[in-house]
Amino acid sequence: MDNHILEVSNLHVSFKTRNGEVPAVRGVNFSLKKGETLAIVGESGSGKSVTAKSIMQLLPKQNTIIPEGEIRYEGKDLLKFSKKEIQSIRGSDISMVFQDPMTSLNPTMKIGKQIMEGLSRHMNLTKKQARERAKEMLELVGIPNAEARLDAYPHQFSGGMRQRVVIAIALACNPKVLIADEPTTALDVTIQAQILRLMRGLQEKMDTAIILITHDLGVVANMADRVAVMYAGEVVEQGTLDEIFYRPQHPYTLGLLRSMPNLDAPRTEPLIPIPGSPPDPATLGTGCPFAARCPYTMKVCHDHNPDYTAVSGTQAVRCWLQDERTPDEHVPEVIRKGRQTSEIAADQAAIDAAGGVPV
Amino acid sequence: MKRYLIQRFAYAVITLFIIVTATFLLMQLLPGTPYSNAEKLTESQRAILDAKYGLDKPVAIQYLTYIGNLIQGDLGYSFQYQGRTVMSMIGDRIGPSALIGLQGLVFGTIIGLVLGIISALRHNTAVDYVSVTIAVLGMSIPSFVFAALLQYYIGVKLGWLPVALWENYQSTILPSLALSVTVIATVARFIRSEMLEVLGQDYVTTARAKGLNESGVIWKHVIRNALIPVVTMLGPLAVSIMTGTLVIEKIFGVPGLGEQFTLSILVLDYSVIMGITLLYSALFIFVVFVVDVLYGLLDPRIDLKGGSKA
Repeated sequence: MDNHILEVSNLHVSFKTRNGEVPAVRGVNFSLKKGETLAIVGESGSGKSVTAKSIMQLLPKQNTIIPEGEIRYEGKDLLKFSKKEIQSIRGSDISMVFQDPMTSLNPTMKIGKQIMEGLSRHMNLTKKQARERAKEMLELVGIPNAEARLDAYPHQFSGGMRQRVVIAIALACNPKVLIADEPTTALDVTIQAQILRLMRGLQEKMDTAIILITHDLGVVANMADRVAVMYAGEVVEQGTLDEIFYRPQHPYTLGLLRSMPNLDAPRTEPLIPIPGSPPDPATLGTGCPFAARCPYTMKVCHDHNPDYTAVSGTQAVRCWLQDERTPDEHVPEVIRKGRQTSEIAADQAAIDAAGGVPV
Repeated sequence: MKRYLIQRFAYAVITLFIIVTATFLLMQLLPGTPYSNAEKLTESQRAILDAKYGLDKPVAIQYLTYIGNLIQGDLGYSFQYQGRTVMSMIGDRIGPSALIGLQGLVFGTIIGLVLGIISALRHNTAVDYVSVTIAVLGMSIPSFVFAALLQYYIGVKLGWLPVALWENYQSTILPSLALSVTVIATVARFIRSEMLEVLGQDYVTTARAKGLNESGVIWKHVIRNALIPVVTMLGPLAVSIMTGTLVIEKIFGVPGLGEQFTLSILVLDYSVIMGITLLYSALFIFVVFVVDVLYGLLDPRIDLKGGSKA
């Protein structure tokens, strides 16, 4: 497990509201290896951003409760860190890129100073060195005329350029983990592609692990090594990119993929939306949170929330359809087929791992 | 920048001209005469006086004469005091008003800022509730109530400071304090809501995500951005408080401009009314201009050069 740089286990996050505590994240588990990209996908309100912000402990202290769970960074539980210790991790070991570049830079501070702040906080540089490094970072994220641009203010940049600056700030101290919270949602499509390419390029150069939070499956397909699908504050399925896209095992993942337009499909084929809307986290029962919208619901689904079933070494699903007591004829064909191919793939992987020629 | 300054100056002159005209015409509508013993004057005495002060001419001529003198910097003579120019009267009276106003303003702004900032940082705690209560009380209770309370407790009961009159520096403290109450309340409420707004901004989260400590985030990112709008509010507040407030000056017996202004309206001292109105307006226009320039310096998004830069 030592190549896991970040491990989140059984994380619960609730918010205090006037109507009592509302759980936003309910037992999230995932881990991140060095240099890999994990995409966390899900609808609005599924707990993606809350999970990300709780890693950095950027949620408002007054109304956030983290009743249980661990966030281990290099083996140490960040939730047990003091305020000072967390501040020394933020920006230097783990940093974050936010959704809206129009609002995530201070409008009255020069770009250069905003980059240098983190540098002088974490890297013990002189002002001159920090400025030099800030200039390098601007060049690295593809901002022309970097030296002069250090003295520009955010309003003198376009949205895409600002997001480059935000990325420069985030990567200035060579963090090991970059959390990107919907980094391209606020940008138009051509700029999206540029920013994603930039992030991938920098990841290779700096060997940063990325947690990419998004609801855009196209972005996921472009960027991710592994995917965690979140629904109602839980990770309902996770696996490698191929597993999630070609052999989805959770009806929700399946629904997400079906609702995505596909260029290869015949033009007459309609998109299939997921009926209903996500549950209100304040009134969740004991059953599977997706039960109300799931086309394959069984009696058990409404009363008991399933545990994880490992489908392969890398894929795990939270669904009763995976339970061995579920009669085979009840499991829809797509899911059954996916399971078989994944077995074949697993066999193939085992053979490959053994280094042998198939017998 | 130069073009902007010239433009602003031209606007200022036009605005002043309009104010002078309006005040002049409105004054003519007031009933009565500037003569305290008007009933006792005979027709011929009245005619001599009118001729002396130029009141016998048609309003249009009077107006043109006034404007003509004004352009040469002459505000004319007072009606109530023999041979005193309006200039010298304003000069004598503005000192005390400006002094207590300035003291009240500086003290009030500092206390207000501290109160408001602490209250925003301790949002929804006892500290916040206490300071909001102070602010609401300060806004809603008239300043003469505070003036009376200060006089009674500090002046009479404790005897620390003079109750009234204008004798030495000590006499300036109580009126300044009484004036500062409104300033404290206004500034505290304003900065508190600005701070709360800025604290919720994404760039504050960005600053925290960089690993800055909380005081670094507050000083470098929050307070600066929250202060910008306060500057706008402070300008007009400064003018109204430094040019003298009638009530406070009356209560403490301060020989200030506010008192003089009210008196001159009561006795229809035309030229003094005009002079003081003009002074208020000019100061106001000037302060608004200073605020605009300051705004441009504080907020890089505002470009006074007239949008020639991308």
